[in-house]
Amino acid sequence: MDGPFNESFNESFADSFNGSSHDSSHDSFIELDGVEKVFDVRKRTGFMRSERREVRAVDSISFRVARGEMVGYIGPNGAGKSTTIKMLTGILTPSGGRLRVAGIDPSRERTRLARRIGVVFGQRTTLWWDLPLIDSYRLMHRMYRIPDARYRENLDRCVELLELADLLDVPVRQLSLGQRMRGDIAAALLHDPEVLYLDEPTIGLDVISKARVREFLRDLNTERGTTVLLTTHDLQDIEQLCSRVMVIDHGRLMYDGPLTGLHEVGDSERTLVVDLERELPPIEVPSARVVRVEGPRQWLAFPASESAAPLVARIAAEYPLVDLSVRDPDIEAVIAKMYADQAEKAGRAAS
Amino acid sequence: MRTKLLRFGPDALGKAGVVGSGRLYAAVAVGGFRRYATYRTATLAGVFTNTVFGVILASTYTALWDERPHLGGYDQSDALTYVWLGQALLTTMCVMGTGFEDELIERIRTGDIAIDLYRPADLQMWWLAQDLGRALFQFVGRGLIPFAVGAWLFDLTLPASPLTWLAFLVAVALGALVSYSFRFLVALAAFWLMDGAGIVQMTWLAGVFCSGMVLPLNVFPGVLGEVVRALPWAALIQAPADVLLGAADPVGTFAFQAGWAVALLAAGRFLQAAATRRVVVQGG
Amino acid sequence: MGVSGAVGTGVRTGSRAHDDRDGWGAWDDGPLGRWERVLDGVRAYRMIAGMWIRSTMAYRVSFVMTTIGNLTATGLDFLAIVLMFSRIDRLGGYSLPEIAFLYGLSAISFGTADLVVGSMDRLGRRVRDGTLDTLLVRPAPVLAQVAADRFALRRLGRITQGLAVLGYALLTLDDVHWTILKVLLVPVTVISGGAIFCAVFVGGAAFQFVARDASEVQNAFTYGGATLLQYPPGLFARDLVRGVTFVLPLAFVNWLPALYVLGRPYPLDLPEWVAFLPPLVAAGCCALAGLAWRAGLRSYRSTGS
Repeated sequence: MDGPFNESFNESFADSFNGSSHDSSHDSFIELDGVEKVFDVRKRTGFMRSERREVRAVDSISFRVARGEMVGYIGPNGAGKSTTIKMLTGILTPSGGRLRVAGIDPSRERTRLARRIGVVFGQRTTLWWDLPLIDSYRLMHRMYRIPDARYRENLDRCVELLELADLLDVPVRQLSLGQRMRGDIAAALLHDPEVLYLDEPTIGLDVISKARVREFLRDLNTERGTTVLLTTHDLQDIEQLCSRVMVIDHGRLMYDGPLTGLHEVGDSERTLVVDLERELPPIEVPSARVVRVEGPRQWLAFPASESAAPLVARIAAEYPLVDLSVRDPDIEAVIAKMYADQAEKAGRAAS
Repeated sequence: MRTKLLRFGPDALGKAGVVGSGRLYAAVAVGGFRRYATYRTATLAGVFTNTVFGVILASTYTALWDERPHLGGYDQSDALTYVWLGQALLTTMCVMGTGFEDELIERIRTGDIAIDLYRPADLQMWWLAQDLGRALFQFVGRGLIPFAVGAWLFDLTLPASPLTWLAFLVAVALGALVSYSFRFLVALAAFWLMDGAGIVQMTWLAGVFCSGMVLPLNVFPGVLGEVVRALPWAALIQAPADVLLGAADPVGTFAFQAGWAVALLAAGRFLQAAATRRVVVQGG
Repeated sequence: MGVSGAVGTGVRTGSRAHDDRDGWGAWDDGPLGRWERVLDGVRAYRMIAGMWIRSTMAYRVSFVMTTIGNLTATGLDFLAIVLMFSRIDRLGGYSLPEIAFLYGLSAISFGTADLVVGSMDRLGRRVRDGTLDTLLVRPAPVLAQVAADRFALRRLGRITQGLAVLGYALLTLDDVHWTILKVLLVPVTVISGGAIFCAVFVGGAAFQFVARDASEVQNAFTYGGATLLQYPPGLFARDLVRGVTFVLPLAFVNWLPALYVLGRPYPLDLPEWVAFLPPLVAAGCCALAGLAWRAGLRSYRSTGS
């Protein structure tokens, strides 16, 4: 994160000569420097009166994403996630700062960039509701002018890995949510995009569909080197897919680094749910504390950065264990913890 | 905010179960009123469009009555008044559709209707209250301004007696009731038809033509005229207009409107009972 | 620099570098690029409209019913005029065939525009529910994608009815002295009129970028305009006629050329040659509508949803 800022002069110099293609020495594929998005929001205050207020949906965000990275972009609702994605895809024009994707300024060359990116909007399907799935793909084929051989190759691959073979002739309206999401992901990949943006790709899916989608994305990233940027509410998506995570809140980048680091920053805890044979007094183990007891079931909190294995082994050895499960903290909890810690630090610094 | 208001359907019933049914339906009617009142821009846009159409129609009617004064028993300013009443009542009476029926048909199509039928509130009464709330808003919000503009631009027949105005309001209310009862029937037909869109379009067609939106019903010639003047659509615009213009006896007009309202509501009851049996038999 | 970009995409896409330069070069702005863009828009429009036709055919019965409904609805529209003429011989000095001539021209032009870009009045809804964004990430002009949205063949009903009424008018008009110029003017009028109505639709959609719930305003100019043009201009207030001649030039859709064909006096003491202006007026309207659309889209992209 330190290098690119020093080079911004060189980059803009290069841009002024050749805007169509350019590379930084670190092969940054996505580059944001102090990108801002300010909206004018009108709020009705009376019968005919309204008040204008400036809202900074994205407030001076800077980051780099290298080619082939897989990055999770998370934050609470209204934090500025989708505004950032909309600027990256060229839908929205930034109010300030500098933004490049594959050397292209998305807002100025939206249609040109469109051929090189894939977008999946989690809750808005782009497939044709009343037509068989394959028809939507044929449209992509022609609209993106994908060469025939490449189209067939990509389609075969997606059909195989996303298990779509039996669904190709089924009208989209008859597909389940999970099937439709797989169909949408395939549609976004037929033209070989260099980067794939996914907005809540696993929302509303069952466990099996989630696993299938995640596995596919992992393969896509490792085998084809496709850069992936995904927003999600599901911490497991991030854990299983992303080596790097960015947290945004109130339009500002709060954290940028590996997920483990986020756990440390947030100092969050996972929960081990233990079912014992009978009601017992709270379990006593050194690395965890009981937070709740309900009959034979007990909840133990332990640091998220630590493995659950030694803890489980110890409890199994000392207590009559029937069943157990591990619950992950959700993103909101992690972020909330992160804030609490920050506030505490600030308080300490002030005193 | 918007979606919340849109969901103000039978789902809200659970909470209201304890409230007396009169108060419940009053609350539903207020909800119907408010739901439409939220869309200010849309209302303004509609007022503008009604006004433009009013000007166009009034100009053609002027030419028509120039050719044939006293056509259909109206003089020219009666005819112009009729045009502007038509524009004012167009959305109140849902002549062009887009009232509650689309939503009800959608609930029937998706099967959500089964939930509604098992609720303590009566389906027909629930939607009636909601629709009357809507009608009241559109009468005030979309009717008054075009009519005022019409009265300013053209020479209209405006009765001096407050009693006539009162009788007019009664006729409007009865018209709204007939309009609702008919659309309720149409919506319930979706239980037996695969596709509600077709029948909605057909009734829309019939509504536009037979309500007197394109031409006052008393101008229709011969048997065609006799027939359209006896159909329920005559209760929507022609009847209130004739009451306001003093062209018809108010009591007789009320009886005509109320007769259709009772008949259609009864038919709605019958269809609702049949639909309920069907849902019960099929298990929802 | 161009090579490094291709290298960066890896071996897999290295072979595409050549097409990329060619394909994307066409998108550079410039006279050629703009022309390519128009062609690309037409291409995208054809593809999307085709998909919609196939979608409608998934519900054949519904399609047949709505097509018949559309035809009947427009038929009843003319029936009202016929009913008027059951009580009168002339309206504003015009006979039924003369009014049918005006009506047919207006209906065909409006019907064509309605068929081609009629769904654009749904733009406000697309902005509200966010589905416009899915069109913005596609490599095709947004205008073409929005215009082709919900393309419906049932709208041929209005054109068919307009053609029938125009046919009736041409068969029954007996006072017209047809010249080659007049014969040629009829198709030119229909095409230009369609283009003017298209411009109105596009302009109205552009306005919805600013006022999302105001889709009904555009009905006043589209449906309202089409109704206005069915009757002779003499029926309307002078200011209204002035407005639709000089401000929103609907008078060029059919009034002025039709009055020339019928040998009737023009409104507002306009010179005779204005009857031949419709193609120019249509071009001007389309250019202005295009600018309005661009401004609207730009405003959407800077303000978001």
